[in-house]
Amino acid sequence: MLRKLSAVVATGLLATVLTACGGDDAGSGKIVLGFSQVGSESGWRAANTKSVKDSAATAGIDLKFSDAQQKQENQIASIRSYIQQKVDVIAFSPVVVTGWDAVLKEAQAAKIPVILTDRAVDSDASLYATFIGSDFVKEGEEVGKWALAEFTSATGPVNIVQLEGTVGSAPAIDRKKGFEATIASNPNMKVIASQSGDFTRAKGKEVMQALLQANPKIDLLFAHNDDMGLGAIEAIKAAGLKPGVDIKIATIDAVKDGMTALAANEINFIAECSPLLGDQLMELTKKAAAGEALEKRIVTKETTFTPKQAAEALSTRQY
Amino acid sequence: MRELTRHRLFWPAAILVVMLLANLIFTPTFFRIELKNGHLYGSLIDILLYGAPLILIALGMTMVIATGGIDLSVGATVAISGALACSIIAEQADQEAVGGVLTAVGLALGLSLVLGFWNGLLVARTGIQPIIATLILMVAGRGVAQLITDGQIITINSDPYELIGGGYLFGFPFAVLVVVVVFAATAVLIRRTALGLLLEAVGGNAEASRLVGIRARRLLVLAYVFCAFCAGIAGLMISSNIRAADGNNAGLWIELDAILAVVIGGTSLMGGRFSLAGTVLGALIIQTLSTTIYTTGVPPQITLVFKAVVVTVVCLIQSPAFRAKAFHRSRPSTPAPSEAEVPA
Repeated sequence: MLRKLSAVVATGLLATVLTACGGDDAGSGKIVLGFSQVGSESGWRAANTKSVKDSAATAGIDLKFSDAQQKQENQIASIRSYIQQKVDVIAFSPVVVTGWDAVLKEAQAAKIPVILTDRAVDSDASLYATFIGSDFVKEGEEVGKWALAEFTSATGPVNIVQLEGTVGSAPAIDRKKGFEATIASNPNMKVIASQSGDFTRAKGKEVMQALLQANPKIDLLFAHNDDMGLGAIEAIKAAGLKPGVDIKIATIDAVKDGMTALAANEINFIAECSPLLGDQLMELTKKAAAGEALEKRIVTKETTFTPKQAAEALSTRQY
Repeated sequence: MRELTRHRLFWPAAILVVMLLANLIFTPTFFRIELKNGHLYGSLIDILLYGAPLILIALGMTMVIATGGIDLSVGATVAISGALACSIIAEQADQEAVGGVLTAVGLALGLSLVLGFWNGLLVARTGIQPIIATLILMVAGRGVAQLITDGQIITINSDPYELIGGGYLFGFPFAVLVVVVVFAATAVLIRRTALGLLLEAVGGNAEASRLVGIRARRLLVLAYVFCAFCAGIAGLMISSNIRAADGNNAGLWIELDAILAVVIGGTSLMGGRFSLAGTVLGALIIQTLSTTIYTTGVPPQITLVFKAVVVTVVCLIQSPAFRAKAFHRSRPSTPAPSEAEVPA
């Protein structure tokens, strides 16, 4: 028993040593990628996780995966443990924008390149290798542009309610900024209420139900993700209104459930935020492990959907 | 008047009324209840509907706290129960079949009972501190829920299932009717039999109650099983309300809200005397606070601070020592000892 145990320990030590030199010599074993996911708050996130895991398997990269369950402290803890395990590359989707300087410096001191996926941080750009992800401001602007076109003939005020994402998260801040800046060109467009629905269906429904009580006339709902929009649709139905007709709805993400609602005309417009960045991430991981310099900002390819386009795209939708 | 303010439920009730009235200032139609699509509709109905899962869990929590324990695992139980029910329904050929839905509900509640039994055994048989014993399931439970849902959000389309948390019976939200039934049954069982007295005895002094011949261990297990059962029903309600099981977010941090509800309702965390009606008031206060934040447009960035301030004020008003200091400064002779609530 003891002999077995010591053999296991020895193999473990050997593996650690090997992976530690992996960065210098690409031939000496698998690249180890430590990935810290935000959580699994939505269908989008689930697709994102699956994409990362699948791509790592195909690319032959040893993936160490952890789920931070929406807590920054969990995420910092798992990044620290990756540093201690001496992985080759660390990637993570930051839960919130602020407060990463210390742990990023620790990674830098350990000479481990850090790749930010899908969400940004406010730390200095020298502290991480690259940031791959969607342009949230642009997504907000896309919804804003659509809203301007949709209500271009409106003579009176257009009452807008906004379901924001998790307070302090990059997508919530940027989507709000992009959307509000775009619609500011039409003084009729007015955001009359804006509350956080934490990116979840349950909160989306609860908050929308309360907003419907407080605001008798709502023309447009902008939800920062599909799931909150789907929850809000339930609330709108319970209020005896027709989602997509009595209240126009625009969301961001384009997950399968959202696209289904879009094709059924319950949502009017979705700006895509693609979670399938696994392949691109693995490419970057290999380059970073080989010590290549990376571009600081890489934007994932994205589009927008109307109900008709959604109906066509739905059959081939992976997530 | 003094008799009234002395009643243990006076302050929670007063706080709830003040909160509701404050809403009236911001939303003039706050108290309006109308019929829409054949069911009741209005802010008050929403508070009851969305407060229903919290009330249920808080009722279960009251029992556990009365025994001097605490159950941190209710949020995980909520997630597991909803995940299991939805995944069973999603696999059925006909999601609308009542039989299938009943099977799913039965199995989910059955599993909840098992989880409660596990907690109860850990506390009563192995003597692990309740906060640690239930912490195990709190942490592991979300993982179990994720396993059941495979990390996905499972969306279902089943009218019979939707009835539980989002449907209406005779115009009333079904979830609220469930709460009324559970509350009534519990109240009868607790106050019309010796059960409540025995629970309070165990919570007040476990050793003394054992010496007078109360089977404390059985009662402990029973309390945790009941608490998990309530959480299981709440899990069904939460998932049914959005027609989807979300293993990661369903019931997240609801254990803390439930504990807060119990405390606001006037039950001591030390165990012993408890108040079911107080707990219901406490849960309603918390839900009203959430609704108030949404309808009055408190900016999301300061929501948590706002909540913290209100909860602090509520707790201060509840405290006899604070009231004595704040309101009776000029009359130091006001008797304080009579306020002391010595557990039975």
